[in-house]
Amino acid sequence: MKLTVWTYEGPPHVGAMRVATAMKGLHYVLHAPQGDTYADLLFTMIERRNHRPPVTYTTFQARDLGADTANLFKSACQEAVDRFDPQAIIVGASCTAELIQDDPGGMAETMDLGIPVIPLELPSYQRKENFGADETFYQIVKALSQPQDKTPRITCNLLGPTALGFRARDNIEEITGLLADLGIEVNVVAPFDATPDDIARLPAAHFNVLLYPETGEAAARWLEKTHGQPYTKTLPIGVGATRDFVAEIAAITGRDLKADESRLRLPWWSSSVDSTYLTGKRVFLFGDGSHVMAMARVARDEMGFEVVGMGCYNREMARPLRALAREYGVEALITDDYLEVEQTIEAVAPEMILGTQMERHIGKRLGIPCAVISAPVHVQDFPARYSPVMGFEGANVLFDTLIHPLVMGLEEHLLTMFREDFEFHDDAGPSHHGGKATARKDPSETVEAPVAATVAPAPESTFEIVWLNDAERELKKIPFFVRGKARRNTEAFAAEKGLQEISIDTLYEAKAHYAR
Amino acid sequence: MNAPANPAGGGCRNAPILKERGQREVFCGLTGIIWLHRKMQDAFFLVIGSRTCAHLLQSAAGVMIFAEPRFATAILEETDLAGMADSQAEVDSVVARLLERRPDIRQLFLVGSCPSEVIKIDLAKAAERLSAKHAPRVRVLNYSGSGIETTFTQGEDAALAAMVPVLPETTERELLVVGALPDVVEDQMVDLLDKLGVGPVRLLPSRNIDSETGIGPNTVFALAQPFLGDTHAALERRGARHLPAPFPFGEEGTTEWLRVIANEFGVDPAHFDAVTEAPRARARKAVAAATETLGGKSLFFFPDSQLEIPLARFLTRECGMTAIEVGSPYIHDAIHGPDLELLPAGPTISEGQDVDKQLERARAARPDLTVCGLGLANPLEAEGLATKWAIELVFTPVHFYEQAGDLAGLFSRPLRRKGLLKLEAAE
Ligand code: SF4
Repeated sequence: MKLTVWTYEGPPHVGAMRVATAMKGLHYVLHAPQGDTYADLLFTMIERRNHRPPVTYTTFQARDLGADTANLFKSACQEAVDRFDPQAIIVGASCTAELIQDDPGGMAETMDLGIPVIPLELPSYQRKENFGADETFYQIVKALSQPQDKTPRITCNLLGPTALGFRARDNIEEITGLLADLGIEVNVVAPFDATPDDIARLPAAHFNVLLYPETGEAAARWLEKTHGQPYTKTLPIGVGATRDFVAEIAAITGRDLKADESRLRLPWWSSSVDSTYLTGKRVFLFGDGSHVMAMARVARDEMGFEVVGMGCYNREMARPLRALAREYGVEALITDDYLEVEQTIEAVAPEMILGTQMERHIGKRLGIPCAVISAPVHVQDFPARYSPVMGFEGANVLFDTLIHPLVMGLEEHLLTMFREDFEFHDDAGPSHHGGKATARKDPSETVEAPVAATVAPAPESTFEIVWLNDAERELKKIPFFVRGKARRNTEAFAAEKGLQEISIDTLYEAKAHYAR
Repeated sequence: MNAPANPAGGGCRNAPILKERGQREVFCGLTGIIWLHRKMQDAFFLVIGSRTCAHLLQSAAGVMIFAEPRFATAILEETDLAGMADSQAEVDSVVARLLERRPDIRQLFLVGSCPSEVIKIDLAKAAERLSAKHAPRVRVLNYSGSGIETTFTQGEDAALAAMVPVLPETTERELLVVGALPDVVEDQMVDLLDKLGVGPVRLLPSRNIDSETGIGPNTVFALAQPFLGDTHAALERRGARHLPAPFPFGEEGTTEWLRVIANEFGVDPAHFDAVTEAPRARARKAVAAATETLGGKSLFFFPDSQLEIPLARFLTRECGMTAIEVGSPYIHDAIHGPDLELLPAGPTISEGQDVDKQLERARAARPDLTVCGLGLANPLEAEGLATKWAIELVFTPVHFYEQAGDLAGLFSRPLRRKGLLKLEAAE
């Protein structure tokens, strides 16, 4: 047994639901107790979908267990096919049904439903949501795709976007547009908005663009092996990666491709003088492996941040992420234990977190600004406006996303100059965040992180080292958004020098020591 | 002090019940942990379950992420299923680590789930052993919140029912009010009963383990929530006597609920009127504001929390709505009877669910307002039906006089909003 409070991933059948809900004309019959229907709300509430997920739950009860849960499954299957008239169904068991061993796949196959039946084996007690989505999509592709000639023109498929995926809707649009600029048509996008008939047409494309490795890689590999379709390895997140992505496609297609970069604004926004203040901001990244790896490059090479730590919750990505972390000279944190992530972030004390909705909460508590860059996300991260994170417009969006939680450059100067001013005082926070100025009264409610951050003692050193009153007062004169760093640096410096007390001199010696 | 008139055309107590058995779109009893752990401040809820159970709790808790909430899931792994690990020893070690880290825990609930029940992990045995081991500092109890045994609010019922046998014996004549209420509402209620001269009043659940809640043959109890069937039975087994009444929603419901208690304790009718007059007038006034929106509108309840029947009574009698269908996951005459009696005849009363069939009925009836779970609300809105998601009703203070207006407001807001949004071009 493993004690768990909050989870980054749901069970694997929720992954299967993400595929089924993304598709059209497909239905999922899930052998599961009534409470498992909670998963519908992930789609209808968090993603604001206006349809129920295409899932029929058998909702067996205790009294059915001794009797006939198998028949319950069969009638649920038949009724679902009669009512919803799908082109194909996927069938499987949730964690509880796995234990009663009714074999939904076997049963459905014997039922002669007149449509393809795709059985899913998703081990609920070993694997998680991303695996469930990846495996389900793979099984669907394997079962439904038909050998056929390639299209006369060069086409590709976009693979991996599911329901509840991070910015899936807009990434599809952005990358479809980018490919169109390059003269490449999209054959099929799957599973997002694809029908079983569309899945059958996948092999007609010349190659595949793998947009979401977590949920599409197994299918991409199988298509490569079976239908000779190479797939892209670069995620077009950020300027450099998007350029690499174009180069990769040029290599695959053997064409000389040049993308239209006229709408790309990140490079200038990042070089303009206001952005100088971004230099060396210490950021910690956590999320799914693919997004973290892509965003580390954006953070360091395109924003000028310093990456001080990175990690992912999906073990499947542990190996490449560890390798990348080594390149960045940081330790990789591979865990799905939320408390461990929080402890690590507290110890590293970054100036900003790039994470999931979980890190947003960690940031709130520790007083560290957070930008959300990866699933799982909550309702506020399904924006109404067009906001891809892939391609060139995606790069522009990322620039805005990454600076929004921070105090802006000019404002930083004003804060330093007028630090006792009533409007620019420490507790006001970035002026473009409404409501922050009152945050001090209710730190749990708002992102009033900076205050909390300075109050929180640095983890290791506070026990032996004492701040003298003068030094403490001097520290308070330093603007809040760098105060945590100043405190930590000074304490580390004092510890290194074996000092018991911190005076004003210590503070400024430390400042000189760390000057860059 | 006049009892309310029964509806002219008869009530619904003897109406035929449409019993449905099919796919249910409801939460399981684990969900109750979300509000129970806030209510019982020295309690911890440890679910023995799967990743699904942990994910359900997280999804139901929504954005309320606390650093370390007073609940967690011990997720079963392959070794637990294959019988390689002794489940009792595993529970012991998880609990030992938990109690070591959280010395503030005084009551620990081991909560069974579908997987723990299917593989027959005996949590009663574990609770007994752990109670003996950690007494007197920590009391360990167990109940089932599983989806194969419990529906949504039945989780609270199971938790409270598990507490009944271990409450101390008393021979005092006391009033026990049963059902978790938000603190602000509970305080109002205790104050009202106090002014009526009824007491001593004991609460189940109480805010902490050291309260003086006891039970005995002279205990009479009132239910504050309509989903406490098992707790009702457990209390009767210990000799306590139930005071059946409509539930304290709205002006009328609150008055009737209080009146039954006042009669039991021999409160003078004139005194009753004097105490209740002012809050009754306030409640009527507050409800009247929402009634402008709700009056004459039709209403359809999907089954969810067992609050449906008392709420339908409130919305029809006090807010002028017409009920088309009132669905409840379970109906117990001993508990829901008084409200059914007052609910004007006409609506279909349904128990259980076959969600696709019920959706067909709702689409055909096109009610002005549909009360349903989170999984159905947006899809129905997209079909042009205004909805009220039911889970808010168990997370929001809605009982007694001072919340009557808020309760009505929960239902009028979706309708008002529908009227407010104007998205067409101006000309
Ligand atoms: S229905 Fe059963 S398996 Fe599903 S969340 Fe509830 S207790 Fe867990």
